Amino acid sequence: MQFTIEVGRYNPDGIYAENAKPGAPYPPPWQQAPPRRYQTYTVELPEYAVVLDALIAIREYQDESLAVRCACRSAICGSCAMWINGHANLACKSKLTEFTKDGKTRVETPPSMPVIRDLVWDMKPFWEQHNKVKPWLVGKPLADPSQEYRADNSRMEELIQEVSCISCGCCLMDCESYAVNPEFLGPHALAKAFRYAGDPRDAETRERLGDYSKPGGVWDCTHCYECVAQCPKGVAPLEQILKLRRMAVDSGFTNNAGTRHADAFADSVKHSGRLNELTLMPRSTGLFNVVGQLKTLPSAFNMARAGKLPPLLHKSIPGVKRIKAIFERVGGRFK
Amino acid sequence: MAMQLSKSAQARRYGFFPGCVAKESCRELFDSTMLLADRLGIELVELTAASCCGASVLNDTNRDVARVLNARTYAQAEALGLDDVITICSTCTGHMRAANKELLEDEARMTQANAILGKFGAHYAGGVRVRHLLWLLIDDIGLDKLRSMVVRPLDGMRIAPFYGCHIIRPESVNGWESARNPHSLEDVIAALGGEPVDYAGKTRCCGFHVQLEKDGIAANMVGQNMRMAKEKGAEAVLTPCPLCHLALDGYQGDAAKRWGRTDLPTFHLPQLVALALGVDPTRLGMQKHLISPGAVLEEYRLAPMHVA
Repeated sequence: MQFTIEVGRYNPDGIYAENAKPGAPYPPPWQQAPPRRYQTYTVELPEYAVVLDALIAIREYQDESLAVRCACRSAICGSCAMWINGHANLACKSKLTEFTKDGKTRVETPPSMPVIRDLVWDMKPFWEQHNKVKPWLVGKPLADPSQEYRADNSRMEELIQEVSCISCGCCLMDCESYAVNPEFLGPHALAKAFRYAGDPRDAETRERLGDYSKPGGVWDCTHCYECVAQCPKGVAPLEQILKLRRMAVDSGFTNNAGTRHADAFADSVKHSGRLNELTLMPRSTGLFNVVGQLKTLPSAFNMARAGKLPPLLHKSIPGVKRIKAIFERVGGRFK
Repeated sequence: MAMQLSKSAQARRYGFFPGCVAKESCRELFDSTMLLADRLGIELVELTAASCCGASVLNDTNRDVARVLNARTYAQAEALGLDDVITICSTCTGHMRAANKELLEDEARMTQANAILGKFGAHYAGGVRVRHLLWLLIDDIGLDKLRSMVVRPLDGMRIAPFYGCHIIRPESVNGWESARNPHSLEDVIAALGGEPVDYAGKTRCCGFHVQLEKDGIAANMVGQNMRMAKEKGAEAVLTPCPLCHLALDGYQGDAAKRWGRTDLPTFHLPQLVALALGVDPTRLGMQKHLISPGAVLEEYRLAPMHVA
């Protein structure tokens, strides 16, 4: 079969890692001046071929200047993560037939990552965020050092998803929060964080949860499920982030906008069965956060002018007592 | 298949879960949905005693509560004989389907939920399926039927679809169409006579769910996505989600500083469909949008400027 591959190539005049301002948000391809250069190749390959087969064929037989990073070819090493038709993927795991759109397959580096050359993106930001979550186990001291630490099997089973992570970077490439907020630790690092915070042998779980609750931590995630959709190994980082949120709140790390928002939301549902938009905003900002409150005024004013304010009198649903009863019977934080 | 189903859709009754936002700050979405249902000849029976679906927020701190609240809603739908529950919000769709999946796949969770519901004499047997109005339009009405019902074609208006994360991701929960290459909104736009705009931002996030947790993220996401749409020639945006609508309509102004002015008017799905199907534009509540669609509607002779 014939396949057409459009490859985002290195452009020496482009705005790349070395001449981008440190800390400045990386300019996406449509903002780069001059814009990203794409080169089109045609390859003849069997129907079952994957994107990486095509890239290797191009490099071996057509254009030896093409830079591709790859190693295992079996979705184990995580080297060949790249953008394929606008989403993160492992090139070795993506069948060409499934990734042909409008007669071609477009491969490039993700816009939120610095480029080294062609399809090789710089993993520095990935490892920087990864290292911030203390990605190792701090063992609990044992009474008898000659004994091994025994962990409960069911507790370890909870960590299986995250243990499958191969650090390929697919989740971070497509993380929508990280793309506009480089302070965010990111899905890969927080999934790793849960791997240790959720480990019964860890001695620093509380400290960890405190750290992960700070700005840039678990509450900066926007629930877009891109990381769940793109992860080639089923790690589902967002699910791990949600577990960390619950653990942090249960451990008392509640003095943050995320918990205030969740509590205000839950409170409104508990007492009226529905969301009360009118009280949600001020309560999430923090009632004593005067600067924060003032900041929300212009948008509130604009909405009021357009007749878009929620009704001032919030109506409860019929049978609201039962909602309260459900909250109480299920228990947990909202009891 | 769609054609066959469309015949039976005539008299069909559906359970209708409008969600909180359509009853609060996006009231125009609720109103235009009811007008559209009337025009389509289907009956949407509102589940008036239903609670909030829990959105992503209750899940953050207490997933069990969210699951039982949804089980209560499903029990109500079943009691009314309305197993087919229709939503008009991407986030409601995703989270209600996720809760339903957990209940159906895990007997212990179903038992826990029914034990609590049993205290007030309610019971969920597991027969409810949750779908979005967008899916109903395509599966039950059918694109051919929809096309034949258009009396006010959009005349090639260039419209950028914006799906909203939770109607497509994760695929294990939604799975109605591909999460990477969805095209249902495009199909609907084309059926109405509009021209769908293909741009990278269509499956991306509006940032609504992080807006109250961290300032500025949502505006940047909105700016980035609207910039992409604008550069592909979009004149308006269509979304099946009121939360996306609040973000896209509300934050484009804040995003202008960094991303340039985009000012793309945003339509709720039922607004645009109802408009093309001949519903009186003055009744669709478009004057409530912060970015007025008046100019673009006038340009395509769909409604006089003062209406929207």
